[in-house]
Amino acid sequence: MRYAMVIDTLKCVGCSDCVVACQTENNVPIGYCRDWITETVSGAYPNIELELKSERCNHCENAPCVRCCPTGASHQLDNGIVLVTGDECIGCGACIESCPYDARFQHPEGYVDKCTFCHHRLEKGQLPACVSVCPTKCMYFGDLDNPNSEVSKLLKNRKWKTLAPEAGTKPKVYYLI
Amino acid sequence: MQEELFVSGRNIPNIDPSLEVWHWPISVYLFLGGLAAGLLFFAALITVLKKDKEYPAAVKFASIVSPLALTLGLIALFYDLTHKIYFWRLYTTVRIESPMSWGAWVLLIITPLSFLWVLSYYTELFPKFKMKFEFLNTFEKFLQKNRMLMAYALLPLSIVLGVYTGILLSAFNARPLWNNAILGPLFLTSGLSTGAATIILLANTAKERHFFSKIDLGLVILELGLIVHMLMGMYAGSEVQLEAMQLLIGGEFTMMFFGFVVILGLIVPAILEFLELRGFKIPVAIPALLILLGGLIFRFVMVEAGQITRYLY
Repeated sequence: MRYAMVIDTLKCVGCSDCVVACQTENNVPIGYCRDWITETVSGAYPNIELELKSERCNHCENAPCVRCCPTGASHQLDNGIVLVTGDECIGCGACIESCPYDARFQHPEGYVDKCTFCHHRLEKGQLPACVSVCPTKCMYFGDLDNPNSEVSKLLKNRKWKTLAPEAGTKPKVYYLI
Repeated sequence: MQEELFVSGRNIPNIDPSLEVWHWPISVYLFLGGLAAGLLFFAALITVLKKDKEYPAAVKFASIVSPLALTLGLIALFYDLTHKIYFWRLYTTVRIESPMSWGAWVLLIITPLSFLWVLSYYTELFPKFKMKFEFLNTFEKFLQKNRMLMAYALLPLSIVLGVYTGILLSAFNARPLWNNAILGPLFLTSGLSTGAATIILLANTAKERHFFSKIDLGLVILELGLIVHMLMGMYAGSEVQLEAMQLLIGGEFTMMFFGFVVILGLIVPAILEFLELRGFKIPVAIPALLILLGGLIFRFVMVEAGQITRYLY
């Protein structure tokens, strides 16, 4: 079991519904977010391209935040999900400094918080909140170890990229391009 | 040309628009930790070489500074934690992969040792103030007998402490300015150099001053070499490292780095120390204080500039 998220940048319209769904589902404090939209403009006029992406913790296979954590509060489950145990976290900031995606933040209560792939919903057989609300259905979630899962098929048939692969983290959020 | 912007209103305190999770207490701690590492290393080394009668400042007077520096440093570290009441979680696990875990454990051993070291010299340091309880005197005698053992323990521990202040930063692969292997040796050298400078400040005899001036001169030259190494390594690195290097060369930290760290903090004191050793009348306090100030600014530059460098956005 190796969870992964696949996001189709050609279908994303940047509506931020995933952001609001996450904030509501996970009680994210006001002014913070576990996922966000980036709008990237590249090229020179008149040949410019716009790319919209919903970004979050990449649940890296080689997670630097887990490696740097001095207490073991940041840990990785067998299914690849990276989690933080709040009452083991001392708030030193080592994981925040080690994350190339800036996906972590210090919760106002002191511990470090981030996307959990809605671990609590997966246990009930539900999809992550962001995936379940996407109005353009551009987000897919599933098991990479299963060759017949939707995510495996998409990655087989479509062109994709990951964010900052040069950081050596082996991210598990894929973007179809 | 590529332009990237957030549209979902991501504006997380300390992270957007610029990452600044680590504030001034971290820089202050890295300086004080390196200073204590240097002082304890020299105290232990001189004791192991059985030269403690010749160099009293190194083993005795300057060693008062190390427990103070470590205590202040630990207070600074604790102050910068955001989930303070759980700090004890550091000591429920040993995480071999995490430099911060290494540092926490080393600090747990070396801080009491630095206090015991001073206590073993209590009668010599404060002859006028007798200790009130007899058992403290007995304990001091016990420590004096085992001083050699403490010195052998302090030698490796102080080196680990000095290296760890650098490795702590270089372990973060997301911050290209920090992510180079030379940072450990560089911070160790800088720590040893600030330690030697403190001993020079507190030394009574010209012999001890000159001995540590020579050591410090060597360390400063080594440090300059390591800085060149660091910049060369980044110059040959990937795009993110080139961008990181540009902060120090031609960017917003150029004046701080080359002006205050390299020139005023290393080259000028090295020249002054060299001239003083050649017989010119120069108060040694000037190069020693410059070294200390340069070391402190160096930590500030590295911590602040490192947090600007990143892979995305």
